[in-house]
Amino acid sequence: MKYVLMFADTEQYAADLATMDEAERERAYARVRQWFADNAGRIRGHVHLMPPHSATTVRLDRGEPVVTDGPFVEGKEVISGFAEIDVADLDEALRLVKTWPACPVVEIRPVAG
Amino acid sequence: MSQATQDELARVVREHAGRLAASLVSLIGDFPAAEDLVQDAIEAALSHWPNEGIPSNPDGWLYTVARRRGLDVLRRNARHRDKLAIAAWPPRPESDDRLRLIFTCCHPALPRSAQIALTLRVVCGLTTAQIAKAFLIPETTVAQRITRAKRKISDAGIPYRVPDADEWGARLSEVLTVVYLLFNEAYLPSTPQPAGDNLAEDADFLATLLSGLMPAEPEVLGLLALIRLHRARAAARFTAHGEIIQLPHQDRALWDHDAIAEATRLLAKAAGLRRPGPYQLQAAIVAVHAEAPSFADTDWQQIVLLYTMLDGLNPSPVTKLHRAIALRYVVGPEEALSEVDLLGGVLDGYHLWHATRAELLRDLGHGERAREADERALRLTANPAEQSLLRQRISWA
Repeated sequence: MKYVLMFADTEQYAADLATMDEAERERAYARVRQWFADNAGRIRGHVHLMPPHSATTVRLDRGEPVVTDGPFVEGKEVISGFAEIDVADLDEALRLVKTWPACPVVEIRPVAG
Repeated sequence: MSQATQDELARVVREHAGRLAASLVSLIGDFPAAEDLVQDAIEAALSHWPNEGIPSNPDGWLYTVARRRGLDVLRRNARHRDKLAIAAWPPRPESDDRLRLIFTCCHPALPRSAQIALTLRVVCGLTTAQIAKAFLIPETTVAQRITRAKRKISDAGIPYRVPDADEWGARLSEVLTVVYLLFNEAYLPSTPQPAGDNLAEDADFLATLLSGLMPAEPEVLGLLALIRLHRARAAARFTAHGEIIQLPHQDRALWDHDAIAEATRLLAKAAGLRRPGPYQLQAAIVAVHAEAPSFADTDWQQIVLLYTMLDGLNPSPVTKLHRAIALRYVVGPEEALSEVDLLGGVLDGYHLWHATRAELLRDLGHGERAREADERALRLTANPAEQSLLRQRISWA
């Protein structure tokens, strides 16, 4: 089954990252690269997003399209990336996600169709 | 229909519904579709058996109905239908697939309320109406929980299998929590409960089934022992008017001492596996009470020790509260009260914290403050038997 993993950052995680020194941050990035390498056989693709300050939202349900600054949900948890995986079932997806070494929240959603 | 017939009917359905569900899921490979068929067969049994009598081979009867219904409703799904058409009953009599069923119903990706409803329906064969009645919630709410849970199982790809070794511990504790919560609801419902002991029976059935399927898991045996020990004392817990009789005042002759001995043996077997856990410790606490010839002769020191171990394993303010209650009989009410007062911050919304304080304050001669604490406790519980007990204490004080 195909699932999309939606990675979410929290304010705390962003703050932790900001206080790391160069070497620590490099180690954190290395752990993420290693995770993607270890699971390459099950990951079909992934993207890392720019931070939410760069987001622009367009609403199309109000007559004219309305363009606003920021992500569509203003929350403490913001999506920071996606990965598409192909695994046997939810248990395998869960096992994979439990080893994720970075941001503290991951949503697993099956791909429709 | 007499109570005896009803109990027998519930027993037979419980014994066979889960097996049928497990076989049909394996057979057609579709959990929601198989579950619908079993539910239809159970509804049919509940409408036929009270008049026609319980058939001599209830499983064959249920299977025939489910299969006929399946061939009809699965018309559009040729793949499922074909599997059903060539199937013979019993499918694999030597195997018991219910473990897979239970682990699927209690999958952590399902909300707790759905895990409970689904387990009762799929493994114990309760109907939606029976579940609604037991929990005093609208039938539509239960139906919705079941429908959503089944949709989640298919859409999210929740597998129908026993978890692997690396996730076994966490998944097993999920299953045990469901059975434990079910038993708690039966043993001390938070809302007024209709007559009948069926939920306790269901919890006992599930724990028994699990201990048969996983005889080397000490916490499964511990939970079964805990349930059995509580049930063994059930006859002494209430007056004829449904008022709670507290432990010190219970007539211990009414306890089922054979059942207590049996449960204690279970617990010893669990202890022999040398992996202590919270259910074994809770059962051990209840066993110390159950084996004491009188309230005064209770081994309170042992109880304090067991609560200390339990809190060490699973730190919880409620466990600390119970430890403090036992401490009263070891070191006296004054020290117990200071332990209880330490928990005020976290347990201020918990009726038993206030009720415990009331008892200790009364012991220490602070009648007015005890009364205030009882009144707080009364406002915090919805259980009618507990309310009635607290009201009595307030009017006596």
